Amino acid sequence: MSGEILLQTILSGVLIGLIYALVAVGLTMIYGVMDIVNFAHGEFLMFGMYSSFWLFALFGLDPLVTLPLTVLMLFALGLAVYQVVIKRITNAPMLSQIFATFGLMILFRGIAQFLWKPDFRTVENSLSSGKVIFSGLHFGLPQIIAALGAVLATGATWWFINRTRLGAALEATAQDKEAAQLMGIPSQRMFALAWGIGAACAGVAGVLLSTFFPIFPEVGANFILIAFVVVALGGFGSVSGAFWAGIIVGVVEVLGGFLLGPEYKLAIVLALFLAVILVRPQGLMGRAQT
Amino acid sequence: MLNKLRAVALLAAVLIMGLTLSGNVLAENEIKIGAIYPLTGAAASTGLEMKNALELAVEIINNETKGLNLPLAATAGLPNLKNAKIKLIFADHQGNPQVGATEAERLITQEKVVAIIGAYFSNVTATASQVAERYGIPFMNPESSSATLTQRGFKWFFRTTPHDDLFVHNFFDFLKAVEQKKGVKPKRIARMNENTLWGTETTKLEDKLAKERGYNIVEKITYPAKSTQLTSEVQRLKASNADLIMQSSYLGDAILAMKTYKEQGFTPEAILANNAGFNDSEFLKTLGKDGNFILSREVWALDLTSRNPLIKQVNDLYSQKYKVNFNGNSARSFTGLFVLADAINRAKSTEPEAIRKALSETNVPGNQLIMPWGGVKFDAAGQNTLGSGIIVQVQDGKYVTVWPFELASKDIIWPMPGWDKR
Repeated sequence: MSGEILLQTILSGVLIGLIYALVAVGLTMIYGVMDIVNFAHGEFLMFGMYSSFWLFALFGLDPLVTLPLTVLMLFALGLAVYQVVIKRITNAPMLSQIFATFGLMILFRGIAQFLWKPDFRTVENSLSSGKVIFSGLHFGLPQIIAALGAVLATGATWWFINRTRLGAALEATAQDKEAAQLMGIPSQRMFALAWGIGAACAGVAGVLLSTFFPIFPEVGANFILIAFVVVALGGFGSVSGAFWAGIIVGVVEVLGGFLLGPEYKLAIVLALFLAVILVRPQGLMGRAQT
Repeated sequence: MLNKLRAVALLAAVLIMGLTLSGNVLAENEIKIGAIYPLTGAAASTGLEMKNALELAVEIINNETKGLNLPLAATAGLPNLKNAKIKLIFADHQGNPQVGATEAERLITQEKVVAIIGAYFSNVTATASQVAERYGIPFMNPESSSATLTQRGFKWFFRTTPHDDLFVHNFFDFLKAVEQKKGVKPKRIARMNENTLWGTETTKLEDKLAKERGYNIVEKITYPAKSTQLTSEVQRLKASNADLIMQSSYLGDAILAMKTYKEQGFTPEAILANNAGFNDSEFLKTLGKDGNFILSREVWALDLTSRNPLIKQVNDLYSQKYKVNFNGNSARSFTGLFVLADAINRAKSTEPEAIRKALSETNVPGNQLIMPWGGVKFDAAGQNTLGSGIIVQVQDGKYVTVWPFELASKDIIWPMPGWDKR
């Protein structure tokens, strides 16, 4: 019995961890390319969830069906945010950059609350509702599909960066903006692309979450703190690092909460965060800072 | 220094003027009562319902309304004060404690009200009643549930509604009653509470009362309010083999918890919830039949109309006028105003001290209320000692009263059927 519970807890942790990873991939990508921490990242996730919800509520379309549409919308939103706000603060002091994205976070929450009220919404009876029982282990089908989706999306992002020309250009800009520019890579466009992809990743995570998590204007706050921990643990700017770190954080949270008491589950995750910063500031797979 | 003196003198003058003016308003034909409610902002729709309820109460008091077993209904106005009429002066606190305090001040010093009623939000009630205390004007609070409000030793503060601590007492009274009637006693209780102020205060009291009344709490979970998953919590509940879950959650976590219970195949005999998320209109909309069979505490339920003719009569009047039924908030505001008007009538005066004294001697029997209470009687702290909550259960997608048994419209279903047998 107890071994079964342990296995259940670990696997449940992996499932939620994969979602954390996907949220963090977008965050780490923007940071990696631009050295800007995007505090409004949780709000991209929130917009992704609302997009799923409204397409479902108004047209009866399942979130999984409308996923491509939501991804496009979020990609466009990411580009727009870059063009309107971020472009102007690329070379500004770090404090200005923090305040800019922090302000965006508050603005986005305010917009959501204004347009859609602070009510909690849910997508009822989506295609992926139900559960799977596998030799005594229980899993929600939405969670399993969400985790698989997160693996695919994270994998696709990794493939894009490491296996395509455009990805290589992005990586080059991340490593040395000036040198990349001299080689003919337009850094402004690369930055815009990073914001687009980053927002799109959060959008995918939002879609996948919308099938089992309540949707409300402040929902981003629940995930963003953990996403920061994942990014730091995996190494700022590293997509594969975020992937493994997401899984580790998910398992640590669920298993730690189960063994030591749920009231400490966030404390355990944050303790891990502090430990990583102390011992290995560049994270598991991050580049050492020069 | 001189400036400071001047300011103090000015303040004293205002204070004295306020006191004398408000004290000297004689019962001509109108008695002014200030009503402080959230009429704009996020809680505006709730505020409007309560405003409507107060206006209906005033209408019943000021006009001859036959056939209602409410104090002051049959006569026009207050008979002991030459049939003086009650006039409500509304003020909007916008959900903001500072605004609540300034509005209370305005009502007392400029509108010369003889008493204030309000303010729904506990934190606004706290500041507004502080002003009334300073001016020596009675403050009637029909709806705020924070227990601390009547622990401040105020002389001018009266609260008709039961507070959060009493609700937790109700849980254990309820368990005792179920044991006597149905012979089921939960042997292994687990509590599952969120970790903000409300959840932790409830937690402390639940632990204390369970110990006093001989219940065995086998698992104590206080989970972070902003959780992204509740798997570890539910795994612990499962491992504890608890037969009753006592749960205090807001909406998001209540939904998440219910979904995780189902997903993990966890079926305790009963879930006893502490209102909040479990009674939000969104809760059942989201969960559908998975929300069935949960027990939750409430202050009022529509099916009380089937057991108490007075509640039906008054609810009919309200729904004719405003096209909605009473709910826990509007029914409590309505009741608070009646208690206040009854005291002013007995005081035979609009002197604040006379009203305060009459309030402290209040004794309204339960059959003259539209609330499921034993009556209204205040203790030295101004708390109504005869108030109590009810327990509702979701049956066929509706909240029905199951306790107290004499008010119940349906029999309680315990244990609840498993997730796949619904």
